Amino acid sequence: MDNINAELWLMVVTLFASVFTNNILLTTFLGMCSFVSVSREVKTAAGLGAAVVFVMTLTTVLNWLAYYYILVPLHLEFFRFILFIIIIAAFVQFVEMVIDRYSPKLYMALGIFLPLITVNCAILGAALFMVIRQYSFIVTIGYGFGAGLGWMMAILAMAGIRQRLTEARVPRGLRGPGITLIIAGMMALAFVGFTGVLK
Amino acid sequence: MSPQPVKPAGAIIMDGLWYDNPIFRQILGICSTLAVTNVILNTAVMCISLTLVTALSCWTVSILRDWTPRNIRMMVQTLIMAFYVIIVDILLKAYWPEMSRNLGPYVGLIITNCILMGRCEAFAISNPPGPSFLDGFFNGLGYSSILLAIAATREMTGMGTFLGWPVPFFSGPYWDKWVIMVMPPGAFFTLACMIWLCRSIWTKEKVPAQTGGK
Repeated sequence: MDNINAELWLMVVTLFASVFTNNILLTTFLGMCSFVSVSREVKTAAGLGAAVVFVMTLTTVLNWLAYYYILVPLHLEFFRFILFIIIIAAFVQFVEMVIDRYSPKLYMALGIFLPLITVNCAILGAALFMVIRQYSFIVTIGYGFGAGLGWMMAILAMAGIRQRLTEARVPRGLRGPGITLIIAGMMALAFVGFTGVLK
Repeated sequence: MSPQPVKPAGAIIMDGLWYDNPIFRQILGICSTLAVTNVILNTAVMCISLTLVTALSCWTVSILRDWTPRNIRMMVQTLIMAFYVIIVDILLKAYWPEMSRNLGPYVGLIITNCILMGRCEAFAISNPPGPSFLDGFFNGLGYSSILLAIAATREMTGMGTFLGWPVPFFSGPYWDKWVIMVMPPGAFFTLACMIWLCRSIWTKEKVPAQTGGK
């Protein structure tokens, strides 16, 4: 019983750590491509963010199961890149079909973002970090959810800032991706302030 | 897949290195490699792996382009890339385990690097193997040159060293080390400044409109 309590506590800590101190976007630079290109409006950013949270939580869990119950017993660990990519692609495809069938409204909101997610490095990155850091199953759930949440938070904040920037006079060479990266740098700077809050 | 004349090798090389540079022009693939740009050595290894993987997968995709069914081509391309990435990963693990540990998950993340998919989709799928290999190789090089520049800036200002060797001025007592440069925010700022610089040069050069990866 104590063991499970400790695990749950570790899960909560990992969740907060992956949102604040180890934000997957601002400290490990994963998912930058869609972060730069889809952060023009808060509404689309929220849609993509929600889709990432959903897909990331479930695929890290699925990948954990596949890695420890299929690859490790067979000593095929080096095969994990292919397996993870296939699981992510298949899962996204599956979710797309289910949502389309049962909730056309949700499909309208999330549908266009789902295919984008397959190539989002953050999803594969989360799965690889999960393997490298040797998380247990319960901690993995917290990690997947937290990493997704952290990514969503970052893109929402960025979209909010960029909406206000439309009227600003930005130097010509810096317009578009340049200024986005500078803002991301400042956000990362703010997040550095969280370092040391959690171990 | 309209039949188009194959671009001359010189044009492919110049496009990859400068006019169509993956980072400035197309803003592709910054995700997986920015994290290793705080030390030059790590960046160099990462760039070599990425260039090789890009060139070889473009070449393979191009060889198989007539046999690949159109609707599953993404999956086929991903598998080809994963194949080469696994080779690189195993080689690194076998001959340079500490580097493999330093790079962590980023070697595996080459698979989702958008440059790969971008080049395969934009060029290799409709061109013969030779030019595709060149295209992949020089896009990789163009990408690597920027990353190395970023890494050199960050290592020099942040730690006062170049490839681990102290640099005269920057490691001296008159230079306060910019610790922020080796931390994540430094990467964002340096990349933004690089983009700013190159885009400013472009607007003066008036480059004719090019077709980007996406």
